[in-house]
Amino acid sequence: MKDAALPMPTQRVPATPLWRHPLARPLAALALLLAVAAVFVPGFFHLEIKDSHLYGSLVDILNRAAPLMLAALGMTLVIATRGIDVSVGAVVAIAGTVACVLVGSHGLAIAFAAALGAALLCGLWNGLLVSVLGLQPIIATLILMVAGRGLAQLLTDGQIITVYEPASFFWLGAGHLLGLPVSIFVVALVAGLTALLMSRTALGLFIQTVGINPVAARLAGVRTAAIVFFVYVYCSLGAGLAGLMISSNIKSADANNAGLLLELDAILAVTLGGGQLSGGKFSLAGSLIGALIIQTLTSTIYAMGVPPQVTMVVKAVVVFAVCISQSSFWSRKSA
Amino acid sequence: MSLAPVLALSGIHKGFPGVKALSDVSLRLFPGEVHALMGQNGAGKSTLIKVLTGLFQPDAGTITLDGQAIAPKRTEDAQDLGIRTVYQEVNLCPNLSVAENICAGRFPRKSWLGGGRIDWTAVRAEARRVLSQMDLDIDVTAPLSRYSLSVQQMVAIARTLRISARVLILDEPTSSLDDAAVQRLFTVLRRLRDQGLAILFVTHFLDQTYALADRITVMRNGETEGEYPAAELSRLALVNKMVGAPPDQQPTRLDSRASQTGTPVLKAEGLGRRGALHPLDLELRCGEVVGLAGLLGSGRTEAARLLFGADSADAGHVEMHGRSRRWHSPREAIAAGIAFCSEDRKHEGAILELSVRDNILLALQARAGLRLVMSREQQQALAEDYIKRLGIKTASADMPMGQLSGGNQQKALLARWLATQPAVLILDEPTRGIDVRAKEDLMDQVRALAVGQDADAGMAVLFISSELPEVLHCSDRLLVLRDRRAAGEYRRGELDERSVLEVIAAESA
Amino acid sequence: MKRLLSAPSFTAWVSVALMGVLFAAGATGYTGFASTQVVLNLLIDNAFLLVIAVGMSFVILSGGIDLSVGSVLALTTMVAAWLLQVAQWPAELVIVIVLLGGAAFGALQGLIIHVFKLQAFIVTLAGMFLARGLCFLISVDSITIDAPLFVTLSQTQIPLFSGAFLSPGALMALAVLGAGLWIAHCTAFGRTVYALGGNEASALMMGLPVGRTKIAVYGLSGFCASLAGLLFSFYMLSGYGQHAQGVELDAIAAVVIGGTVLTGGYGYVAGALSGVLVLGLIQTLIAFDGTLSSWWTKIVIGALLFVFCAVQRLLSLKKAGA
Repeated sequence: MKDAALPMPTQRVPATPLWRHPLARPLAALALLLAVAAVFVPGFFHLEIKDSHLYGSLVDILNRAAPLMLAALGMTLVIATRGIDVSVGAVVAIAGTVACVLVGSHGLAIAFAAALGAALLCGLWNGLLVSVLGLQPIIATLILMVAGRGLAQLLTDGQIITVYEPASFFWLGAGHLLGLPVSIFVVALVAGLTALLMSRTALGLFIQTVGINPVAARLAGVRTAAIVFFVYVYCSLGAGLAGLMISSNIKSADANNAGLLLELDAILAVTLGGGQLSGGKFSLAGSLIGALIIQTLTSTIYAMGVPPQVTMVVKAVVVFAVCISQSSFWSRKSA
Repeated sequence: MSLAPVLALSGIHKGFPGVKALSDVSLRLFPGEVHALMGQNGAGKSTLIKVLTGLFQPDAGTITLDGQAIAPKRTEDAQDLGIRTVYQEVNLCPNLSVAENICAGRFPRKSWLGGGRIDWTAVRAEARRVLSQMDLDIDVTAPLSRYSLSVQQMVAIARTLRISARVLILDEPTSSLDDAAVQRLFTVLRRLRDQGLAILFVTHFLDQTYALADRITVMRNGETEGEYPAAELSRLALVNKMVGAPPDQQPTRLDSRASQTGTPVLKAEGLGRRGALHPLDLELRCGEVVGLAGLLGSGRTEAARLLFGADSADAGHVEMHGRSRRWHSPREAIAAGIAFCSEDRKHEGAILELSVRDNILLALQARAGLRLVMSREQQQALAEDYIKRLGIKTASADMPMGQLSGGNQQKALLARWLATQPAVLILDEPTRGIDVRAKEDLMDQVRALAVGQDADAGMAVLFISSELPEVLHCSDRLLVLRDRRAAGEYRRGELDERSVLEVIAAESA
Repeated sequence: MKRLLSAPSFTAWVSVALMGVLFAAGATGYTGFASTQVVLNLLIDNAFLLVIAVGMSFVILSGGIDLSVGSVLALTTMVAAWLLQVAQWPAELVIVIVLLGGAAFGALQGLIIHVFKLQAFIVTLAGMFLARGLCFLISVDSITIDAPLFVTLSQTQIPLFSGAFLSPGALMALAVLGAGLWIAHCTAFGRTVYALGGNEASALMMGLPVGRTKIAVYGLSGFCASLAGLLFSFYMLSGYGQHAQGVELDAIAAVVIGGTVLTGGYGYVAGALSGVLVLGLIQTLIAFDGTLSSWWTKIVIGALLFVFCAVQRLLSLKKAGA
């Protein structure tokens, strides 16, 4: 076949216009939501300092969004490799349950370590099923979604376990540091570490390569199986940490409801942030913004007095809209 | 053979962004004949078939069926017109039974008294009837997956026969068949031809063409080289048209250049894989370019993949730097110092959404593991260096790979492998899609890289190409493959192009 | 032996065997287990699940998945309850409306999946939340149903033999199963479903009506979900947004345990029955035992799901390598 392209002189690429930046649309959506909130909810932006802590709706949103942000970070990497993890909700329940059950008898450190260890095991399980056994990700993680919550319920016998002490247990989810909720710092730390990992090592490059073209990745010498394995472990660890945060915040483990619907929220956060479900390029910042959008939506609807069930409908409609807009239907090229 | 063609194409043009796939293609198909369509990879055969079957629409030109102009827009249109196609990958459903595959879409049914349900007895009887026409007697209730590929292909043909067809197109049907299966297929095709069917048989196998075809059309680089009665076209002439020099150029003479005999780097003995390659001996030496010539299907890519570890060998062993080695994955081969630039750029090479720089650095980085192999500035500098050296036309190293033309993508992929500074560089059709001027440039560069600064700093290069002049121009030694085994090995200066063509075109022993 | 392993019906027979083993375990382990009514109760209690599993079988056979069925069931109960109690519409009309509505909901999902080439799980996952959200929009609390037709159907016991009885719901479920078997085996639509699951690209090349079939298959699943919703509302006599949480996972498990391969193309609609009975038996066994908490049900189902998926995967790897 002949090369019919005209020769292009090498030239400087003009800087991407601001509105084409990959984060432009998520940020615009968030700004729009905040604007709507400001109009309909009096005092939405009101901040005040009480007991040397910063209070206000905005702080509240950041705090409540924190577990979702952790789950979304992990989900971003999984989706980038063309996978999906619908077990994050179950992992949240398991981690919270393990921590609450053990904290009374074994102390905080062991409880937290065991909870994260349980999350790690879940991630190893998913990773094994997907990268070694080769099951489709939706099916592999569906198994843990079904069985995992059952495990959590078994541990608590379906009861809600309330934790009264040690007080340090509540620091993670409800405590404050420098006037702001601890959860914000934890998310910042995890997000920062992840971003460093992606940019200072070749991990980001490999994950994108595996998601875009796994065959070419293998032929270029990339360890595709190891990469896929890693992202599922990482995702479950994130979910485990989120579970600890939630349990710490509500001072209890609720195996029936903890993390319920979290998987849809996490997937939605990733797609709102610009991530494609078909894998490939990802944006950690975009997913974080996506999580904030979801939480702002929830909080605004709640503050407006609209029944909270509306959020389910709104989220579903948004997922439809985002997926349809991402569809290759709009860009049908020949060959 | 009647005088009016049943199917005629004239002046067909088809282009894609950056690439011209078909250029003024013409073809005539008469009833009661087997017409072979021949050409190498990239000649445009499959694009032409896709135009005939409605998957693509031509940019210009006409298709007529029985004199009436047609323009199929979907596969159903072509099928309704009576143009039936059987592909190399059997396009049937392996989970359904043979009978069901044959009858799917047009099931015989019971009357309304029986509820209008499918009459399975009639389905099975129908399937047996059609298969017996092809002299095939198998259990039609068994799932298709239970049968070998050759039987599955027969079933695919049987399906097309069940409803009357005007034109039967067979797209590379024999690539995975053994000799007995090929003979069975040919018997059936001859019977169908005698019944008046027009058969278009796309293939690259010389022997089969001469055994079956009445007429031959040759394609090369998107153009038709000509249409000939099989009896009037010699094997040599056919091969010349497929791979040799364009008629207006002088045949290339291998000029004797002093070739350096470097140290052996990679040595394969009896390397083979069942169904892909008969045991082969091959030696690559530092500072030397070894060309692998032969027609499509002769086993060149298979040999390369075995050397690289992309496929696992059944027989033979490989020695590198004198030590016996075994690779189970490309990753291991790359670590040992082997690089493989695949011919299937789209599926096995380019990472389209990533930048040119990321594509160039990928293999180098993968070998180094998680630790960044060099700083961002160094990466940029390296990428820009290769862009300049290989003449990759891109606005910058940050451009997404997908926006480059096919030829420039190929150059970027070459850069990817050169960056790993391999001891052995295997290039499979590296100049496909690159314009003529740049082809020679590129090959001269590869030669220079092979030789290196001094005799030991170079690399061993294995160069595979369907364009014979190119292979002859660049190689120090030439290995000719035919029918998945070695057919001869020659040094530079021993042979001219014509003699090599004769080796390629010779009938198999 | 190799023939046996590679036959498409292998996993289906395993599930029937499993059913037998579970029943035998129950019969030998607990008194009162081995009565006909215990088995019939399985059908009565799980009638709605059987109907959903039949619809789910078709979707999975075609190579897709439908995560919205539980929510559509709940939505059906809620819409029916509201129409009956608040809008005071006649029961027969309500039944027709919700059945059409369920089919339309499913078909719409199928349309989106096909036209926009989206993955089935994400579209039906969003559909799941949409349906359940709509439920709560209609009413956050449950609405009790007292329409006479519904009450009658709820309380009727259809006598069979020697004191055993079935509910109208169970009979309807068996009828749906029969219809499913007929569709799968005797209609072109059913065979196209199998072809889709076997190799969608080939089915397209063979000229089969891929698009229409895909949309219809999700429409069928939606119809089954709303029919199951009706059966459920006969059973519970209420419409409530929290009905049938997690039922879609039970349905998928039933279909897989019944021998249908999750990747599509292999399996039998009859497997829905054996899968549902296996699930029911597990639950009944745990209940009879008394010492195991009911949470074990989910864990056992998850474990069974894993075993069947792993075996199916290993068998397919073996077939590819052979």
